[in-house]
Amino acid sequence: MSAKTGVGASVLRKEDFRFITGKGQYTDDINRQDQAYAYFLRSPHAHANIKKLDVTAAKKAPGVLGVLTGDDLAADKIGGLICGWMIHNKDGSPMKAGAHPALAQGKVRYVGDHVAVVIADTYQQAKDAAEQIHVDYQVLPAVVDMNKAKGSPAIHDVAPDNVVYDWHLGDKAATDAAFAKAKHLTKIDLVNNRLIPNAVEPRAAIGDFDSGTGIYTLYTTSQNPHVARLVLSAFVGIAPEHKLRVIAPDVGGGFGSKIFIYAEETVCVWAAKKVGRPVKWTADRTEAFLSDAHGRDHISHAELALDDKGKILGLRVKTKANLGAYLSTFSSCVPTYLYAPLLSGQYDIPAIYAEVEGIYTTTAPVDAYRGAGRPEATFVVERLIEKAARETGTDPATFRRKNFVKSFPHQTPVIMAYDTGNYTASLDLALEMADYKNFAKRKKDSAKNGKLRGIGFSAYIEACGIAPSAAVGSLGAGVGLWESAEIRVNPVGTVEVLTGSHSHGQGHETTFAQLVADRLGIDIEAVSVVHGDTDKVQFGMGTYGSRSGAVGMSAIVKAVDKVIAKGKKVAAYALEAAEKDIQFKDGRFSVAGTDKSLAFGEVALQAYIAHKFNGQDLEPGLKEGAFYDPTNFTFPSGVHICEVEIDPETGVTDIVKWTAVDDFGNVINPMIVEGQVHGGIAQGVGQALLEGAHYNADGQLVTASYMDYTMPRADDLPSFNVGMTNTPCTTNPLGIKGCGEAGAIAAPPAVINAITDAVGHEDVPMPATPYAVWQACQKGARKLAAE
Amino acid sequence: MYAFNYHAPKTVRQAASLLAKNTDGKVLAGGQTLLPTMKQRLASPSALIDLGHAEGMSGIEQKGRNIVIGAMTRHVEVSTSAIVKNAIPGLAALAEGIGDGAVRNRGTIGGSLANNDPAADYPSAALALNATIITNKRKISADEFFQGMFSTALEEGEIIVKVSFPIPSKAAYEKFPNPASRYALVGVFVAKKGSDVRVAVTGAGSNGVFRSKECEAALSSRFNARALDGVKVSASGLNADMHASADYRAHLIPVMAKRAVEKATAK
Ligand SMILES: Cc1cc2nc3c(=O)[nH]c(=O)nc-3n(C[C@H](O)[C@H](O)[C@H](O)COP(=O)(O)OP(=O)(O)OC[C@H]3O[C@@H](n4cnc5c(N)ncnc54)[C@H](O)[C@@H]3O)c2cc1C
Repeated sequence: MSAKTGVGASVLRKEDFRFITGKGQYTDDINRQDQAYAYFLRSPHAHANIKKLDVTAAKKAPGVLGVLTGDDLAADKIGGLICGWMIHNKDGSPMKAGAHPALAQGKVRYVGDHVAVVIADTYQQAKDAAEQIHVDYQVLPAVVDMNKAKGSPAIHDVAPDNVVYDWHLGDKAATDAAFAKAKHLTKIDLVNNRLIPNAVEPRAAIGDFDSGTGIYTLYTTSQNPHVARLVLSAFVGIAPEHKLRVIAPDVGGGFGSKIFIYAEETVCVWAAKKVGRPVKWTADRTEAFLSDAHGRDHISHAELALDDKGKILGLRVKTKANLGAYLSTFSSCVPTYLYAPLLSGQYDIPAIYAEVEGIYTTTAPVDAYRGAGRPEATFVVERLIEKAARETGTDPATFRRKNFVKSFPHQTPVIMAYDTGNYTASLDLALEMADYKNFAKRKKDSAKNGKLRGIGFSAYIEACGIAPSAAVGSLGAGVGLWESAEIRVNPVGTVEVLTGSHSHGQGHETTFAQLVADRLGIDIEAVSVVHGDTDKVQFGMGTYGSRSGAVGMSAIVKAVDKVIAKGKKVAAYALEAAEKDIQFKDGRFSVAGTDKSLAFGEVALQAYIAHKFNGQDLEPGLKEGAFYDPTNFTFPSGVHICEVEIDPETGVTDIVKWTAVDDFGNVINPMIVEGQVHGGIAQGVGQALLEGAHYNADGQLVTASYMDYTMPRADDLPSFNVGMTNTPCTTNPLGIKGCGEAGAIAAPPAVINAITDAVGHEDVPMPATPYAVWQACQKGARKLAAE
Repeated sequence: MYAFNYHAPKTVRQAASLLAKNTDGKVLAGGQTLLPTMKQRLASPSALIDLGHAEGMSGIEQKGRNIVIGAMTRHVEVSTSAIVKNAIPGLAALAEGIGDGAVRNRGTIGGSLANNDPAADYPSAALALNATIITNKRKISADEFFQGMFSTALEEGEIIVKVSFPIPSKAAYEKFPNPASRYALVGVFVAKKGSDVRVAVTGAGSNGVFRSKECEAALSSRFNARALDGVKVSASGLNADMHASADYRAHLIPVMAKRAVEKATAK
């Protein structure tokens, strides 16, 4: 194994040649013979009863093969979309999940909700015909503001007050007692702004039905094709699993938004049989804005209790989480079990109590988006910590250092047991890289130029590698969160790695091959990675929550170990030695103490020709599979420091310096990891400075295009200064923790802490646009003048 | 997009007669505004008359004390033109700040002025530089040309052929971009020609581009950034949306004007 491609080497991405030469095969690149096109008629209203839906004229329009509605779904007994995680209320009763039909049944609940689908020979014909569908809406009041949702008209009959659940975590009595002893209380009110994912590739689907075999095939933009198949089979009832193949080919970015099972792909696969032709749908950008599951959208009040020495005694939070108009696939767990268990951050906090209300509104469903719950938790913790440090006149680094968890394992009061970490090490390195000691001088220099300089910290923790199946099962998950892998060794010694993980930008084709090549001592070019097809990979839980390394790769090494074990048996026969004397090292099986050895490829050939052993004693072939179920979450952590310079005349914030020190445990490919850090920070800076979904009072999405929704651009971002520390994870065989979400989790509080530091008061919203920061500067100036 | 007929006339005259024949027709320049609108089915012209093949509509030349730019001249040509950079560097810089590379390669000065988007950049230059818009029928001064948002003095069937910019003694543009679209949230073009100072503001007005009397008054006595210290612009009649209140826009006008003057007077 050459050092250039082994574990720890920055191998260039194998998949990039195909992507940058336009040879990627995305769902929309696939065309099936006689393919027809679907166009979805969407609700123009946020909330309305459908009094009448007349599709007769549309059905007669040129090229139309079918116009289908919620009634057709009901007639075919096609079930609704599901939410896969049951959350229980404080009183133990189950959450209130309203029905989620793939096409509206009597009511629409957000702008963009699916009213009917037209399928025609061409997309234009389908769109033209949709203009001839007559819908008689009885418009109902929109419910946009979470704070007013309770008294508003019910969006779902099952939830008359528009509350999905009223959930809590932690020990209330112990937390109240801690607060009663406190010498200082820090309080903060925060809004975690709503985001729209905006993957470069919009969602797309092709449904295909083979009347000869009775098999359905769905090509779709999915991060987890097996989960899609499971849901479409077991719950929606399209077809049993062995009659439904789901293929997620190249996927151009997901960020969570392609985990979920949506109406469009459900309808395409169902409709393919109804119209007797393959049915294709590709979202346009407006549809993506309106109907991809959005992210974040919390309102929180949080409090921190300190003793007289600045040690944290307790933390309590009340959060309202907007879940949108329907419960999307994993929406219920994001603001509960993916959020509150992270509220201990990197700190030793004896008592924590969190209350979360999940709220229905007449807006697009909200679900997991890069970080999923953990950015929301980190924003609460790190804003609160920064404010507490300021209020007690303590240096923010010192305040953090004093309260860090310092011995491991550490059990927090909110479920999580941190296996390992070294928070002080990350902080020390970050302070040095950020040249923190000279910040005061830089601030003075900025002031000379009429600029306000500020510095902000974010010491984040995240729980990745989701997750031990038994643990998530006990918390309400409908699935287990293990991962599977299969290693198929070909007779000439090349290897196919089949994985239940799915790559949509992560670079698995490179990193997984790197790992396997390294372990087997073969050339990286001899390894290919297969994923994204339920006919090829037996099962898998998919890619999200930074789990592909910690869980997916752990499954791979388990399977690789089995291949090596079998290889030793084969080698023993081939080398006429005892199995216990066979050693495997650097790609060779050798007999201990002799110069007899065979290369990995030679042993593979022996395994397949089976000439040297009796097929009854040892099975021919070299193919092994494994399922890996983690025993704990992994806990990546780190310290990001953001330095900003603000022009008080305009409110423009310039990020002048970014220091990121992350502890991801062991790293397979530092270049890819650094890329993930960069991308994550870009998204986090996007949330902090630029992005914000905005619905008006009528429930119309004002930010439904790039004219009003600000995506981060390269020139919004500084050059990142990235460093790493390493305390290997103790609970998986690779010592990997996960890196995919860290930047998006760390960045928002770092930015806002820097801006609030610069302007001199705490009231700065996200996104901190120039307009918002200008207003904050005015307030800051008034505050200064008053002092 | 709905179906439409496509014409590619070879002369302005042919274009005009096609326009007269196709009552629901529209001329197509760079298509950067018209085509997206059609794709979203917000516009459905029966015919597109593409000016891209009409002779004499493109190019930049200096005629005496004027820079004359053909209506079909792309933003990229203006931004890189040696003639413009030499005579009115502020105009070249403005063109360089429009949209992105793809937009600048297609979008035209004529299309931008005819469209008169209240957040577009060019209208401020035309108004501040006291340009003359030359159509197939007549010459229109910038003061008369802009008539409120998306509305101009152009009559039915009238086509912009050229725009003539008198060369100023000093001029510059400063744009505060809308963070999302990067059109102008507030864009201020200042120009001084002899004793005449004109300050045109785009992006801020609820009725399109306008001249700031407050800034012009301050700068007429002294064309110097400090002359704008303390100048206040009223927020009445200014735009308010999710990106900026009218107050914020009002505040930004003298700030941008000051920065533009600094640029114009820097040597
Ligand atoms: C992504 C993006 C970003 C942009 N950013 C900016 C920006 O920052 N600043 C800015 O100012 N602009 C911006 N634009 C607009 C762009 O610069 C063009 O100026 C604008 O689209 C109009 O020019 P066009 O040549 O594309 O005209 P078209 O779209 O072809 O036509 C626009 C309208 O003008 C009419 N028209 C065109 N030419 C003539 C003529 N000669 N005589 C009479 N009528 C005519 C057409 O019939 C049509 O109604 C942006 C556009 C895009 C797509």
